Amino acid sequence: MGPISTRLLALESRRGWATVMVFAVLALVVVPVLNLAVPPGSAFHLPTFWVATLGKYLAFAILALSLDLIWGYAGILSLGHGAFFGLGGYAMGMYMMRQIGERGVYGNPELPDFMVFLNWDTLPWYWFGFDQFWFAALMVLAVPGLLAFVFGWFAFRSRITGVYFSIISQAMVFAFMLAFFRNEMGFGGNNGLTDFKDILGFDLSRDTTKVGLYIATAASLLLVYFVCRAVVTSKMGRLLIAVRDAESRVRFLGYSVTNAKLFVFTLSAMLAGLAGALYVPQVGIINPGEFAPAKSIEIAIWVAVGGRGTLFGAILGAFAVNGARTYFTGAAPEIWLFFLGALFILVTLAMPRGIVGVYQSIRSGQFKDAIGRRLQRVDA
Amino acid sequence: MASSRTRGALRPDCRAVLVGLGLLMTALLLALAPAHAQSLDDTFAAAVQALDARKFSGKAEAVEALGALDDDRAISVLEAFADGRLYRRKADKLVFIGTRDDKTYILTNPVDGTEIGTVASRAVKRIVANNKLRGQIRGVLGQLALFSADPDTRRAAAENVIASPSDDSLPLLKRARDRETDAGVRATLETGIAMLELASDDRDLRLAAVAALADRSDPAIKSALEQRLLANDEGGFVEPDAEIRATVQAAVEDIEDRLALFGLAENLIFGLSLGSVLLLAAIGLAITFGVMGVINMAYGEMIMLGAYTTFLVQEIFRSSLPPEVFGWYVAAAIPAAFLVAAGFGVLIERGCIRFLYGRPLETLLATWGVSLILQQLVRSLFGANNREVANPDWISGAVSLGGGVSITLNRVYIIIFSLVVVVALAAFIRHSRFGLQMRAVTQNRGMASAMGIRTGRVDALTFALGSGIAGVAGVALSQISNVSPNLGQNFIVDSFMVVVFGGVGSLWGTIVGAFSLGIVNKFLEPVSGAILGKVVVLVIIILFIQKRPRGLFALKGRAAEA
Repeated sequence: MGPISTRLLALESRRGWATVMVFAVLALVVVPVLNLAVPPGSAFHLPTFWVATLGKYLAFAILALSLDLIWGYAGILSLGHGAFFGLGGYAMGMYMMRQIGERGVYGNPELPDFMVFLNWDTLPWYWFGFDQFWFAALMVLAVPGLLAFVFGWFAFRSRITGVYFSIISQAMVFAFMLAFFRNEMGFGGNNGLTDFKDILGFDLSRDTTKVGLYIATAASLLLVYFVCRAVVTSKMGRLLIAVRDAESRVRFLGYSVTNAKLFVFTLSAMLAGLAGALYVPQVGIINPGEFAPAKSIEIAIWVAVGGRGTLFGAILGAFAVNGARTYFTGAAPEIWLFFLGALFILVTLAMPRGIVGVYQSIRSGQFKDAIGRRLQRVDA
Repeated sequence: MASSRTRGALRPDCRAVLVGLGLLMTALLLALAPAHAQSLDDTFAAAVQALDARKFSGKAEAVEALGALDDDRAISVLEAFADGRLYRRKADKLVFIGTRDDKTYILTNPVDGTEIGTVASRAVKRIVANNKLRGQIRGVLGQLALFSADPDTRRAAAENVIASPSDDSLPLLKRARDRETDAGVRATLETGIAMLELASDDRDLRLAAVAALADRSDPAIKSALEQRLLANDEGGFVEPDAEIRATVQAAVEDIEDRLALFGLAENLIFGLSLGSVLLLAAIGLAITFGVMGVINMAYGEMIMLGAYTTFLVQEIFRSSLPPEVFGWYVAAAIPAAFLVAAGFGVLIERGCIRFLYGRPLETLLATWGVSLILQQLVRSLFGANNREVANPDWISGAVSLGGGVSITLNRVYIIIFSLVVVVALAAFIRHSRFGLQMRAVTQNRGMASAMGIRTGRVDALTFALGSGIAGVAGVALSQISNVSPNLGQNFIVDSFMVVVFGGVGSLWGTIVGAFSLGIVNKFLEPVSGAILGKVVVLVIIILFIQKRPRGLFALKGRAAEA
């Protein structure tokens, strides 16, 4: 027990623990209490709509963490992370689809509505087992993990790096989008999976279920954060940073770059799958639009805005960008793409280390030092 | 046989006038031509007037008589009759074609097609047709088209008859063939006759028909021949003669071989045209990627800007230049699109990319931002809907390659155009001073800089060149696809795949990559469907770069390590 608890405590500095605890209490206690315990008339009441929106952001934050793990620490910019997110979402969607049972429009106890509509009479083999939650939960991690393992094995083995990897991963997610748009694939084609009724027996339309999903997502984010933290503070984490900064040198020193990358890429894909599985019950639909290449690129900007290579920054970025999206799509939808585009340009040009980077340089006095040096030069 | 009787009664006098005049001297013919036309008009007018018979049987005879005149004007009259647009003016009992306009009718003279004014609805009475009559009119219309003065109408009518053959169309086709002067239409008619004679009672006729059909390559003919090989209800075959069956079998196999060949050619041509589109879209990308190691995600938007420039040039031509020169707007759009896209390219390079050299992943993200802004800009300025860009006359149309294969001219032009662009680009890179500098920077940036080449300037100009070519690609794409703000997005993944497959910074690689991807795509389409074909191609590329991570034509030596 001793070494493990020491190791756990060492995940964060004292200051870090304090920050994490503040946010954990805020997300896991304050928000549900404001929604459930405070009466709706009160000024402090948080409407369920906002809880659900926050829950969505939390799922995005998990997704951002998963990308930060490989981009920020191992230098692998995947533009296909939407594929893992989407597959996790589809796995969860398939479970909830099977739960509908006879309550569908066609009342078929076995087949989802869209299959009845397509005149299918048996369930495709890959839909078996999804009536069990444990199986679906397993697939949420296993399918993206397996895909990432195979894809990564091919890519890293032949030393595809940098922009090459980015383009290939984008092609992968594009291929998924095209494939899932087909009705014959058996995933509902264009419309995807929707009309979910309940999850684990809880009615999805009820407010308490929504808050429950929110809490589950917040707890998962906390867990994922610590998993990532454990990885990046471990020996493996240091190896990954070395790979990011000087890949050839690491190879010449005798380390297996391929294995290190493969490990972190697979882990990251599983986390993205988890994010998708938490996201889908909260929004109530999963369709091939999640595989659109543009969505995958956007994950990168969440991470960049927050500050890559700082796990905390990824969470911050996911909240900041998605909050801005919610605001703009309500207030001025035509401005949103201008804003997002400008964000891409400004962040890469002006603040390459993101919000966290700016904060750190202010705190550590570098900011002041830089100004001070300039003033001194003027004096001289 | 009402039709042959009336024909016998009316035809000779027209013919007699014609033949008689023909035998006289030409001058006399010219002098008398108006008079002759006058008599034709009178006959026609009388035939039209006869449609206003009291009984349906009388109307039916009049329809046949009108059809027998072989007069193109009869087509519009009969169509009007079938649609219920034929009216009798109560005042003088003359028959007119009427168009209803609220409570009045605009009357048209059926003989010379002139409008003769508007009358109140009470002043006219519709000449009614029943369903039986309408069916008859359709038949007569089909015949009339067969004898029309316009060869294209005749050809279309012949193909119509062949598509739905019936035994009583045989004499009609034969008569049409005997009169036919156009060799192409004649061949079509011969085919139709042979297809009908396949079922003839005369063994020799059947044999001749099979022989005539054996060298055609048309799926419809193949199925007509196969029909003869089927077993009939009495346990025998549709074709009773074993020898003929063998001939038919051989003919079917011949046709199948030829059809397969045509299918191959069709796929190849479609693949080439898709490949040339990809080539146009990817070649600028390959240059910028090769020289600068920079992924320009806004590249698709350069194509889109080129397409919108084409749209603007078209609108300028349409509004302020005479219509005769409208067809040449495409030629004017090419330099315009090049300049617009190149201008944006310089802006992007100077304003953004140049600060990010050595950080390729950040460049990728920043240019993606540029692409989002450009898309939204165009959407705000021009709207989200597709803009219509018209094909000029000299680009539209199709060439038939036989065997049911035809290729639209715009595809042919794109193949030619893309090759011209690539050859011009290759010559420019090989022979110009700037091209030399560009190649030097591609191979070894540091050394080139040490030799006094201003690499920053080369970068900016290369980026402008690549973007300009994307703009030119946009002109070409505007002719074959919709011009919308998302135009570029549709090509970006494909053009990246071409570059990755072909090898970065290699013109040859891009050419080979584009054409092989285009052709493979088109050959996979019939096997697996368009979308799955694309997925398969993507998987193939991912597997392919296992073997050659730097593409087909990889740069060798130090440049490869960049």
